[in-house]
Amino acid sequence: MTTGATFSDHAEEAVPTGHLDRFTLDGRGRYMLFIVPALAVMFAVIIFPWLFTLFMSVHDWRIGQAKAFVGLENYRNLLHDERFLGAVIRTLIYTVLATALPVVLGVLSALVFHRNFPFRGVLRAVFIMPMMATPVAVALVWTMMFHPQLGVLNYLLSLVGIPPSLWVFDQATVIPSLVLVETWQWTPLVMLIVLGGLASLPTEPYESALIDGATPWQMFRRITFPLVLPFIMVATIIRTIDAVKSFDTIFVITLGGPGTASETINLYLYTQAFAFYQIGYASAMVVVFMIVIMALCLMLLYLRQRAQWN
Amino acid sequence: MKKGLTTGRGAASSVSRRTLLQAGLGVAGLAVTGGIALPRPAIAQAAGFDWKRFKGQHIEVLMAKGPRGDLLQKYRKEFEELTGITVGDEQVPEQQQRQKTAIEFNSGNTSFDVLMIPYHVQKKMFGKNKWMEDLRPYLADAKLTAPDYDVGDFAKGAIDYATQADGRLDSIPINLDYFILYYNKEIFAQKGVAYPKNFDEMTAAAEKLNDPKAGVSGFVLRGIKNANVVVWTDLMLGWNRDPISKDGALPEDADAVAAATLYKKLITSYGPQGSVQFNWNECQSLFALGKAAMWIDGIGFALPLEDKAKSKIVGKVGYGVMPMGPKANHSALFGDGMAVSAFTKKKEAAWLYVQWATNKTMQARNLTGGYGSPGRNSSFEMAKTATDLKAPREWVDCMSGSIKIARPGLPEIVGVTEFRDIYGIALTNMIQGGDPAAELKKASEQFKPILAKTEAG
Repeated sequence: MTTGATFSDHAEEAVPTGHLDRFTLDGRGRYMLFIVPALAVMFAVIIFPWLFTLFMSVHDWRIGQAKAFVGLENYRNLLHDERFLGAVIRTLIYTVLATALPVVLGVLSALVFHRNFPFRGVLRAVFIMPMMATPVAVALVWTMMFHPQLGVLNYLLSLVGIPPSLWVFDQATVIPSLVLVETWQWTPLVMLIVLGGLASLPTEPYESALIDGATPWQMFRRITFPLVLPFIMVATIIRTIDAVKSFDTIFVITLGGPGTASETINLYLYTQAFAFYQIGYASAMVVVFMIVIMALCLMLLYLRQRAQWN
Repeated sequence: MKKGLTTGRGAASSVSRRTLLQAGLGVAGLAVTGGIALPRPAIAQAAGFDWKRFKGQHIEVLMAKGPRGDLLQKYRKEFEELTGITVGDEQVPEQQQRQKTAIEFNSGNTSFDVLMIPYHVQKKMFGKNKWMEDLRPYLADAKLTAPDYDVGDFAKGAIDYATQADGRLDSIPINLDYFILYYNKEIFAQKGVAYPKNFDEMTAAAEKLNDPKAGVSGFVLRGIKNANVVVWTDLMLGWNRDPISKDGALPEDADAVAAATLYKKLITSYGPQGSVQFNWNECQSLFALGKAAMWIDGIGFALPLEDKAKSKIVGKVGYGVMPMGPKANHSALFGDGMAVSAFTKKKEAAWLYVQWATNKTMQARNLTGGYGSPGRNSSFEMAKTATDLKAPREWVDCMSGSIKIARPGLPEIVGVTEFRDIYGIALTNMIQGGDPAAELKKASEQFKPILAKTEAG
């Protein structure tokens, strides 16, 4: 053995090559013991709940009543459940809006805060404050602000001669109003991620571009945007996952109403599980919801890979 | 649909108009005869009864957040000193408390020994599963029930409301909630409008008092799904129509549609904009600010409405018994009880707590302190001469009047939440332009299979 031998060199020497020996405490199995706690925790908090959710989803199971195996009936019922299908559509609309707006505004604000100007640090700190507030507290404050008669928003509108809005108190305006809250709270997160990306960009391409006489727009379009795109994709993935599983804001402000006008998948499955106690049916919804989220994540990860720097 | 479905008016399990009428007459009768012995402010040690039998034990109490929880917590020390039992009491927001009790009961192991149960939501579900201890043997045991507890002092209607279909008494009523008509006396006086005697007069008054330019609505009502159903069923009782009729018919007939049409008219024609998402708290805010002339809701809002820190209409609030409907005069009834978990190992100590929480003194405090409406006749008798009423006497009179016409405002079924949710959505659709008949028909189609399934077995 040389003095430069690595840990793995020692390991190779210590491990017998016999098939059975790998599982003895003298062999590689000795090292396997170290991952047992992690595996146990993972099984307890991730794998078992998932297996149990799958188990519940194939049962007609209501709290207080005997459960019965129904196979895939819960999944079939989902396909004919108008309320569930409506919730899926609303979830998609809400997700697209609550992702696109913070991303666009977040990128723009990152470009602004990337420049040097007086009080930049103070203003940046103020800008990220909404992100630091507890979502439920934020939702409660916005609920009061949205009130058609007593809320401050309609008062502000009246000051500039705009007629009052019903905000979350009307089917037509409830989703845009909820998106407004999400945008207000989460644009700073996108801004921070993109700002980090902008700070890490090399300066050489910009110097070359200036020498070549490129305009600011050309520099943004041909240099800044492609280089910062991976960071935008990261922000988009985070925002998409956050928006699709959004619950607290909607629950506190509208409870999914008026009627079902803002009921997303999450709210509907909560109602099924904890108001109607239909654990089996709600579990089937969870499984479908998980598949939707995973598909979205895979798609966004694929897009992120394509946006990587070459 | 299953024949013989209990709707809240059947057999021994439910309370009927007659039994509540008897309760009301009982209260009135007591007034004539001079009443029964009044409870003293402090709880006396009844001779021969050992309150300290379970000294040293600790019990957990789970309550819905609200005035009754506040009352029990306020006097907790009194119980601890009386019995030597220590109490951990927790108030959890109503919806979460209901979820927690159901889920823990289903697991067969409860973290609480005593719970507060809403009759109008969970009575049948819990009773069907026998999750709460039958208290009749405890009441019959002289070693476990103090001689001055006097269960006969409870109004018959209240005990009937608490009794399960199989005759088990697995909770003791702590509060009964009646729907009443709050009205702003000042606004009524300004326009020379008298308190309405029936629904037609009520609608006419709303039209006359509605003044959007002045920021005053003729009416304010709950519009948000689920919570709105009880306002509709309260109106429906005026058509002598139970939420689900005795023969199991769902509310889609002419009477149910007429009540829904009236509900829609009151909200859309005379209510403030955005009412579709109003729960009781939004209604309370506008009414307390003097921005609404009338409001139909539970009787428990006297304290905040008469509190100068929370209300601009202190001393101007009228508390009216529900006006007469086209076919009948009723007030929707809801209620809560205190129960002992069937899974606790400290059943006797838990029963002592339930006994204390529902005794004459605590029930009287419930009424005189304005916390709510008790189920004991003696509480009303005491209130007659009480000089420390926190709420106006008119409120107590309204309560006495409402008892006489009270009738369950929700069906006594397992799937009450589904009922409220599905018909609640139908009502919000109506407010947003839907046709009452079509919406109720659609809701009934959705609810029928759920009812059949949840009532089976």
